[in-house]
Amino acid sequence: MVTDIFVEDIETEITTNDLNLWYGEKQALKNISIDIPKNSITAFIGPSGCGKSTFLRCFNRMNDLIKTCRIEGEVLVEGENVYESGVDVVELRKRIGMVFQKPNPFPMSIYENIAYGPRIHGEKNKGKLTTLVEETLRAAALWDEVSDRLNSPALDLSGGQQQRLCIARTLAVKPEIILLDEPCSALDPISTSKIEDLLMDLKKDYTIIIVTHNMQQAARVSDHTAYFLMGKLIEFGETRQIFEMPRQKSTEDYITGRFG
Amino acid sequence: MLINTRSKEFAIESILLAVSALAVVILILISIFLFREGAALFKDIPFLDFLTGKNWHPTSVPPVFGLLPLLLGTLLVTAGAIVIAVPLGIASAVFISEIAPPNVAEILKPIVEILAGVPSVVYGFFGLVVLIPRLQQLLDLPTGQTALAGSIMLGIMALPTIISISEDAISSVPDFLKEGSLALGATRWQTIYRVTVPAALSGISAAVMLGMGRAIGETMTVMMVTGNAAVIPGFPGGIFAPVKTMTATIALEMGEVPQGSEHYHALFAIGAVLFVITLLINLIAEAVKRKYRFKVGS
Repeated sequence: MVTDIFVEDIETEITTNDLNLWYGEKQALKNISIDIPKNSITAFIGPSGCGKSTFLRCFNRMNDLIKTCRIEGEVLVEGENVYESGVDVVELRKRIGMVFQKPNPFPMSIYENIAYGPRIHGEKNKGKLTTLVEETLRAAALWDEVSDRLNSPALDLSGGQQQRLCIARTLAVKPEIILLDEPCSALDPISTSKIEDLLMDLKKDYTIIIVTHNMQQAARVSDHTAYFLMGKLIEFGETRQIFEMPRQKSTEDYITGRFG
Repeated sequence: MLINTRSKEFAIESILLAVSALAVVILILISIFLFREGAALFKDIPFLDFLTGKNWHPTSVPPVFGLLPLLLGTLLVTAGAIVIAVPLGIASAVFISEIAPPNVAEILKPIVEILAGVPSVVYGFFGLVVLIPRLQQLLDLPTGQTALAGSIMLGIMALPTIISISEDAISSVPDFLKEGSLALGATRWQTIYRVTVPAALSGISAAVMLGMGRAIGETMTVMMVTGNAAVIPGFPGGIFAPVKTMTATIALEMGEVPQGSEHYHALFAIGAVLFVITLLINLIAEAVKRKYRFKVGS
């Protein structure tokens, strides 16, 4: 199996054990077991429909929104099974932030977009909110571009800026883990490289998991890479090993561009 | 063959063009007729006196044609209807598009549409027989035929418009916005009232405007339930007193006026004012509606 490849001396943030997921009759994830290390970037790669996004959405239980979805197995976040009854989904999603494929700022001002999360979790102090807005915009490398127009609509920003705003919005809730679902697929190369720099910078404080179609991106930013195919985890290991010495034939075929 | 097909195409296009042009021509002719017949009144009475006149005594000697009691009557009844219909309408729209399980929503939607298909005289009859005696008893009024009765009935009649257009606006808010909110740890309810409804707000306001347009123009029902007393309604007590709306005035009096008389022209003038009001409301609603289809992601 794949886990024996894993370097043992790194602290684990998320573990799944024999995770199976069905959409109605169709099985989308098959027996996935993985240990995702803390404070590093893990990339999920694989062809479209391989289940990598579905797998990502298991961690913050976004799959709950799909009525036909059924899950078996364990997802442990810092040792706690998130699918156990009695788990507070609101609290879980506060700990695990998510950035989506398409930048999705709310139709409000830049300021309001970031203040939204802290507000719904009960923060009313204006001074604290303002500090938080500046902090997170700086952390998302967006402050210099928007500091003079915090009250203008977020939808007026460019796609790349919107995506960094969404990252800032996620940081404002003070998560421990950030999930990114193909965050750069709608962006130009310059915006993409800004977001990649940002992720490298954020990994010292956060555990980051990124789903990407772009293999160069996985190679550039991630410390570990997991390769999925048809709902199965085919190979997981250090990114360099995956790209330079894949152990599975199928991984090699995919990263050398022979299919997918 | 080719020429034949082409000329057939041309014929079909011409017929379609003529039919749609006909609708526009009819509208233009009606407007011209309405304004011409109405304008004839202002040969004898200054327009401003008509608009701001406090008395409507069309059959006294000499007759007095003051629009104000009728205009205020219409506005009062309409405002009441909006106060009743907007919260109910938005709440129903939110329920149908965001909360109800799909099969329940599928049952509710056609029922709301049927509500729009009930003839207004039936609403009026219902108001007259069921609502008015109860209002009179409950509020201890000299008569149940009041502006309030009109507001309640018009509110119910405006509901289908408000519900179906708001529902459309709310369900057109893209899922990725709601997911963004949920992923930050918002509950479903927080997401509805802080993201989904505000994002649909321009569509909802268009719905309210169109509902209002429907309420202002409604004739039969208000005529049957508002008591038709052409007095300037007091505020706020006037809601519990009879009023006469502009539409009811035209419908009630048109049958009895000699064609070409001052009174006849005065009724057309009322019609013209009503036409301008509903036109403005519809234009605003359209402008607001055009804005609401989402910019996000497109």
